[in-house]
Amino acid sequence: MGVENTLGNNVITTSLDKLVNWSRSRSLWPMTFGLACCAIEMMATGAARFDLDRFGIIFRASPRQSDCIVIAGTVTKKMLPVIKTVYEQMPEPKYVIAMGACACSGGIFDTYSVVQGIDEALPVDVYIPGCPPRPEGLLYGIIKLQEKIMRERNSFGAAIGVGEVISEA
Amino acid sequence: MSVQAAVEKLKEKFGSSVLEVKEFRGETTVTVKKEDIVAICTFLKQEQGFNFLTDLCGVDYLGKAPRFMVVYNLYNIVAKERLRLKVPVEESDPRVDTVSVVWGTANWHERECWDLMGISFNGHPDLRRILMPADWQGHPLRKDYPVQGPGREPYQGRLS
Repeated sequence: MGVENTLGNNVITTSLDKLVNWSRSRSLWPMTFGLACCAIEMMATGAARFDLDRFGIIFRASPRQSDCIVIAGTVTKKMLPVIKTVYEQMPEPKYVIAMGACACSGGIFDTYSVVQGIDEALPVDVYIPGCPPRPEGLLYGIIKLQEKIMRERNSFGAAIGVGEVISEA
Repeated sequence: MSVQAAVEKLKEKFGSSVLEVKEFRGETTVTVKKEDIVAICTFLKQEQGFNFLTDLCGVDYLGKAPRFMVVYNLYNIVAKERLRLKVPVEESDPRVDTVSVVWGTANWHERECWDLMGISFNGHPDLRRILMPADWQGHPLRKDYPVQGPGREPYQGRLS
């Protein structure tokens, strides 16, 4: 007989929001982009021991294929235009994770050459403290981002021109 | 040939330009006038064998006159000897002749020195900023440059 067809030709009902948010949050493709020592932790998170692949997170080498950027490290004023360009090249919807003290606030580099937090230039979704954060910290931040995506309402509808994004009160 | 012999030869040839010769813990430092720096460097490279410019940098002695020094760290690869040249530079006229014609590596070192210290180099082939963004104002490694940059309130210590 072979494999039994247990479920048969069935139908699953869900809301469009849930389906879209589920697929978006479970296939976050971050841009391969490291700036400083936080990038080493980000690489460790992606490697075998912590294994970002099990979250459906696969680093992409092009901003055009990414929907998430992890600002992993110190942002200097000279690097800021480059980061802005990369961010602008990413297609919507796109998310920003500020990883580490430097990306969140400038960290210990309270100097003329360092941007005092990437939120001066990009809309940050998740801030991860630490110097640098452990891979567990980055994973926790990514899970928080997934939860945030799961709470989105009508973002797909807004993207195709049906209504507006419903923001939570 | 030792460094001392090279310094003696230098004194012989450029006696009026050598301001000071100092030895400290086996390191020889010669302070010279900035007018003759290219001739002295050419002499040291071609006749004394200092064929490698290890580093070129600026120093800011804020409050002293002259305010700046440009420091040339030379190395003789064959004899494994080092010599340091220093050139005092006035704040009112912060210019030195370029030595990029003697050692090619001085090109980027002088750009860095101009970028961060504001000492410009006469005859430099491409004197642009090298570390700071191209549209940056000021020279941040000067002692009177605010650490947190212009237009920001300086750090007041912890508020709590």
